[in-house]
Amino acid sequence: MASADEPLTSAGYIKHHLTNLTYGQHPDGSWGFAHSAEEAAEMGFMSLHVDSMAWSIGLGVIFLALFRRAASRATAGVPGNWQNFVEIIVEFIDDTTESIFNHKNDLIAPLALTIFVWVFLMNLMDLVPVDWVPELAKLFGIHYMKIVPSTDPNITMAMALSVFALILYYSIKCKGVGGFLAELSFHPFPSKLLVPVNFVLEFVTLIAKPLSLGLRLFGNLYAGEMIFVLIALMFSAGIVFAMAGGVFQFVWAAFHLIVITLQAFVFAVLTIVYLAQAHDTDEH
Amino acid sequence: MNIGLTLLGQSLVFLIFVAFCMKYIWPVLKSAMTERQQAIAQGLVAAEEAERKLGEAESGAEEERAKARAEAAQIIEQARQQANQMIEDAKGNARAEGARLLEAAQAEIDQEVNRARESLRRQVAALALTGAERVLEESIDPSRHERMLERLAAEL
Repeated sequence: MASADEPLTSAGYIKHHLTNLTYGQHPDGSWGFAHSAEEAAEMGFMSLHVDSMAWSIGLGVIFLALFRRAASRATAGVPGNWQNFVEIIVEFIDDTTESIFNHKNDLIAPLALTIFVWVFLMNLMDLVPVDWVPELAKLFGIHYMKIVPSTDPNITMAMALSVFALILYYSIKCKGVGGFLAELSFHPFPSKLLVPVNFVLEFVTLIAKPLSLGLRLFGNLYAGEMIFVLIALMFSAGIVFAMAGGVFQFVWAAFHLIVITLQAFVFAVLTIVYLAQAHDTDEH
Repeated sequence: MNIGLTLLGQSLVFLIFVAFCMKYIWPVLKSAMTERQQAIAQGLVAAEEAERKLGEAESGAEEERAKARAEAAQIIEQARQQANQMIEDAKGNARAEGARLLEAAQAEIDQEVNRARESLRRQVAALALTGAERVLEESIDPSRHERMLERLAAEL
């Protein structure tokens, strides 16, 4: 619910749910936690969303630990239950990678696996009822707690920009600086006169890649989270609304289960696709 | 929702996680899976090979069995023929021996008959001589009449 200095209103409730636990530099130069959304906004770039980072790192560590456990016990003989499960995911990612990515690069498949599972776990936090963890945190004196890292554009854009960096790196590595610039200049119209037009078009295409990656994930999850918050609001609006809210909650969660899996998969697949394009040296 | 240090932090964490996955998770799992795949493939090939060999062995065994059966039949046939031969031989021998024995007996009988006839003849001659002596009451010079008596005995 709202922190001590905010009145308990619907707007306040929603706003509270959409505010990160922010640690950063106050305008007066001192470092500390922000006590309101406004304070957090005033920090500008010198702010760290402690909740997003903690949950994303925590989930990432859980993913790596569980998969590492399967890997360290991996046997070519009869696999156990957990190894079986992990191998299904690994094989799924491997098949997907092989069907899209035709070059030799040992980074792509593990990258896609990390993205797929990690993003899925981050998205999965969306299914935890919206008040559980924040209320629990309040007992420990923490007033803001957003548990779904993928509803934080910092998180999604960080991953998208990392992928973008890889796109640029492999574009230049595979085509050379000249080749990469030529690709930007002579597509889609192979004419010297139209180089500026081409360049603008291709540059927009290039920039659209990280934006589409990061903002798609953020947008879907942020909207989903918002719906959950709105449904949660219904619980305090009388018995009829509360019961309707229960039904909505169930229906939306069931639907969201598809959304979170799909979004994780889309992020992984688009990463593979973009990196495959970065590796493609032949004209198309 | 402002962009801040979180962006940098998450990027760093992301790269570390990907690196960890790339180094300690993916290759290990992948190699185990590939290894198992190969083991299964080898197993299938081996099973096929074994099946083929089994078929070969079975047809070989069938051949052996047929050969053995034929041989056994041949041996039995031979034995039967041999036995028949032996019986025939034995029969022949027995028959010949019987004939020989019969012949010998016949010869002995003939000999015995001749002998008896001879002695009878002699006795008749002696008897005749004695009779004649009585009749004549006179000694007949046996040396003179011997030849005649001999002739007489031979006519009997």
